[in-house]
Amino acid sequence: MKQPIYLDNNATTPLDPRVLEAMLPYFTEKFGNAASRNHAFGWVAEEGVDYAREQVAKLIGCTEKEIIFTSGATEADNLGIKGVFEMYKEKGNHIITTVTEHKAVLDTCKHLEKQGARVTYLGVKEDGLIDLQELEAAMTPETILVSIMYGNNEIGVIQPVREIAAIAHRFGALFMTDATQAVGKIPVDVIADGIDLMAFTAHKMYGPKGVGALYVRRKNPRVKVTSQMDGGGHERGMRSGTLNVPGIVGLGKACELCRLEMESEAIRLSALRDRLESTLSQLEESYVNGNTQHRLPHVANISFKYVEGEGLMMAMSDLAVSSGSACTSASLEPSYVLKSLGLSDDLAHSSIRYGLGRFTTEEDIDQAIAITQKAVLHLRELSPLWEMFKEGIDLSKIEWAEH
Amino acid sequence: MAYSEKVIDHYNNPRNVGTLNKESKFVGTGLVGAPECGDVMRLQIEVGADNVITDAKFKTFGCGSAIASSSLATEWLKGKTIDEALTIDNMDIVEELALPPVKIHCSVLAEDAIKSAINDYRVKNGLEAIVLEKSHH
Ligand SMILES: Cc1ncc(COP(=O)(O)O)c(C=O)c1O
Ligand code: FES
Repeated sequence: MKQPIYLDNNATTPLDPRVLEAMLPYFTEKFGNAASRNHAFGWVAEEGVDYAREQVAKLIGCTEKEIIFTSGATEADNLGIKGVFEMYKEKGNHIITTVTEHKAVLDTCKHLEKQGARVTYLGVKEDGLIDLQELEAAMTPETILVSIMYGNNEIGVIQPVREIAAIAHRFGALFMTDATQAVGKIPVDVIADGIDLMAFTAHKMYGPKGVGALYVRRKNPRVKVTSQMDGGGHERGMRSGTLNVPGIVGLGKACELCRLEMESEAIRLSALRDRLESTLSQLEESYVNGNTQHRLPHVANISFKYVEGEGLMMAMSDLAVSSGSACTSASLEPSYVLKSLGLSDDLAHSSIRYGLGRFTTEEDIDQAIAITQKAVLHLRELSPLWEMFKEGIDLSKIEWAEH
Repeated sequence: MAYSEKVIDHYNNPRNVGTLNKESKFVGTGLVGAPECGDVMRLQIEVGADNVITDAKFKTFGCGSAIASSSLATEWLKGKTIDEALTIDNMDIVEELALPPVKIHCSVLAEDAIKSAINDYRVKNGLEAIVLEKSHH
């Protein structure tokens, strides 16, 4: 079977062969436990981990001791948010986040609400960005944490992180960011950005799945989180469990490659993305979702009105993309991120996310354009809504028989 | 989720796509679903002598299974009498297309569309509408 063109790099990225190469010895001859202090097997593994920690730190502008390795961004989000809530509960119980966060943040906050946290979920503007004045108005003396994502996984918009950090700090709160989609794609500097805690993961930057990190600031201020797992006290007591040495080495290598190649990659990918987007926007009744100035270089999210996303994806089976439509009997709810931009349900159902990546070529984009155009036209031929639109019928005036 | 071959076939080569004149007395039109739910199905029948369905057309906004369900429904409708058409059950569609459980509601929609088209035809021709049992969604 011919492989489809992979344009779902926000879901996960392929492993870079150079990363794999760096990892391989740590599965075999360098198999030691990094915590084994009294023989060479342990030392070799520990060296690998130490070097990876340096590579990671260098990418985000922190020191090695500020990196806590985890099983991924979900765990890092949990550790950061729950850990701060427990550690700082003397000071207050208020957390501020946004409605467009990943479930790893939203559901963690929901969990804490049951433990006595008060959580404010900020809405976003039509372009997906938060309103800084709204954030400021939500801050209280009890606010201990502001957790707002860096770049959004569905629409790619980049929040004004520095301004958010400044507001949080002015009110004495910590600023955490889920930077899963941003780290390795755009310059992220925890000092310049004023970040106190930051979650990210290897498998969105050409590293392996199942490994990520939480950055925890050690100076100005010194931030502490309570551990969420009991055990051997690894990672300075904040995350127990024998270190996933090959994974960590892979994360380190992935960070190094991103650091070296990010700048040229961002230019290349945003040019490809812009071509994809501007060509597809020429299709009648297609709309680009999210702010187009402040956003990641590799994401485009487009709604093709009057066709349904899942059906559209089926017509594009040579293309691996994702849709904001979730029309299954389990959930008729389309993407909550798109809905929070104020998109009507039918436009949210009609959306496709294209996530470009390191291995995306110009030919891939040309083909993606051709495949999408053909699919949209095919489905509009089949769409009763398109026919009504063309006849000038106002669809909002029809009384739909909801099922 | 992988689609069955039959779904893919109907999806790629939908049968009977199109529009019949909805003003005609011989045509019954069913429009079910809602754009907000991500699925809208329009199914039309043309009824000839002896209550036999001589033509059927559809257009669907929805997932592949919804498109395939309505395409299949139009195939089955042609040549049937109205009474026969009323016996088409959504589970027949599920079986024929090998729809997985999460896609059963797509077939329900097709059954609803058939019944609603028949009712439209009946009402137009002075017959009373058949009371539709609310199908299992
Ligand atoms: C913004 C964001 N946060 C968290 C995650 C979860 O990351 P992981 O798969 O490493 O747990 C993802 C990936 O799906 C993401 O896009
Ligand atoms: S029409 Fe909703 S999933 Fe098929």
